[in-house]
Amino acid sequence: MNQLIISAATEGAAAANPLAPNLWEMGVVLAGFAVLFYIVVKFVVPMFEKTFAERAEAIEGGIAKAEKAQAEASAALEEYRQQLTDARAEANRIREEARAEGAQILAELKAKAAAESARITEQAHAQIESERQAAVVALRAEVGTLATTLAGRIVGEALDDDERAARVVDRFLAELETQSAGAAK
Amino acid sequence: MIALALPAQDSGTFTPPGIEEMHLPAILPWGAHDGFSKQMLLVILSVVIIATFFILAARKQQLVPGKLQFAGEMAYGFVRNSIAKDIIGGRDFMKYVPLLFSLFFFILVNNIYGAVPLLQLPSFSHVGGAYVLAGIVYVTWIGIGIKKNGLKYFKLATVPSGVPWYILPIVIPIEIISNFLVRPVTHSLRLFATMLAGHLIVMIAGSGIEFLVMQENVLLKGTSVLVLAGAIAMYMLEALIMALQAYVFTLLTAIYIEGALHAESH
Repeated sequence: MNQLIISAATEGAAAANPLAPNLWEMGVVLAGFAVLFYIVVKFVVPMFEKTFAERAEAIEGGIAKAEKAQAEASAALEEYRQQLTDARAEANRIREEARAEGAQILAELKAKAAAESARITEQAHAQIESERQAAVVALRAEVGTLATTLAGRIVGEALDDDERAARVVDRFLAELETQSAGAAK
Repeated sequence: MIALALPAQDSGTFTPPGIEEMHLPAILPWGAHDGFSKQMLLVILSVVIIATFFILAARKQQLVPGKLQFAGEMAYGFVRNSIAKDIIGGRDFMKYVPLLFSLFFFILVNNIYGAVPLLQLPSFSHVGGAYVLAGIVYVTWIGIGIKKNGLKYFKLATVPSGVPWYILPIVIPIEIISNFLVRPVTHSLRLFATMLAGHLIVMIAGSGIEFLVMQENVLLKGTSVLVLAGAIAMYMLEALIMALQAYVFTLLTAIYIEGALHAESH
């Protein structure tokens, strides 16, 4: 081995001059680098780039998805707000209508009640008047009979003479009427 | 370093390791000086390490990454965004991510070997690999320039706009030399030289410590501690440079590609 070093050092000019390359070594470096370059081009770079691209896509996709969700949410919010406004207007309108309707109904009912009460009062007046009239007539007949009977009993004789009796009764009633008219005055 | 300068008294003279010892004997020798070397083994190993790690990390493709996938994505995203996207920019950068990614991690792993105990050999401390990578980049950016602008690209790349005509005879040769001749050389040698120097320093420190420890003089023996402290500091610096050179190489590649893509505006 030692001999080899010495021989290489002394005999070989190539070994002594550091700038003179060993062709075999150059060949090995060239071949080695070519193999490495092939592996890098074929496997390493595509795999890393694929991972990077997928990662970028995942991140950007996530952002896009979030943006879409945000847009959807604000659209929904807008829609709900619109609906709420519509609903409020609708409610107001219905309330107004109801109020107006109620007032109208109330007025109608009042009018109807007033008319009814007026009618009832009228009817009652008429009935009372007619009953009074009937009572007066009945009373007049009854009082005549009763008075005649009573007078006959007191006098003790039958007052069969109808003509005279009717005259007496009529005179009596006329007196009564004048008395009651005087009392009413 | 002070210790190294002290005259050796008893155990003969100190001979620091040189460039010759950068070349380890081949594991499987063939021919006079050639063979399957440790360097080659490490280069092949680096391809296996990088491919395995990133395929394992990228395989699951989960939206919420695990630890391994996260680490892979961080590493991939660094080259993709901090180098390719920031330098090349626009819609074009994705096409060049595989090249930049492969370059960065290929160089990084092969450099870091220099800081791994037992391995302790950055692959690019031999110039061949650096020539190969710089050559690939050279062909790539010139190819991009021609594809994008046609043969007019060479005019765009060498004749700067807005320069008075009487300066052009000076500027054009300078541009040709700097862009088409010096650029690939510096691109490769920058990587190679930093790795070589770093490796050499570690070797010198190691042999220096060994030499001093062997001294019979106790005081002289004690100075090996100083060298050890210096070696550790250098080791830290080297580790930084290893990562930095991988970044610089990739960054320059991105800048060259960007220059070729947008030759009209330069």
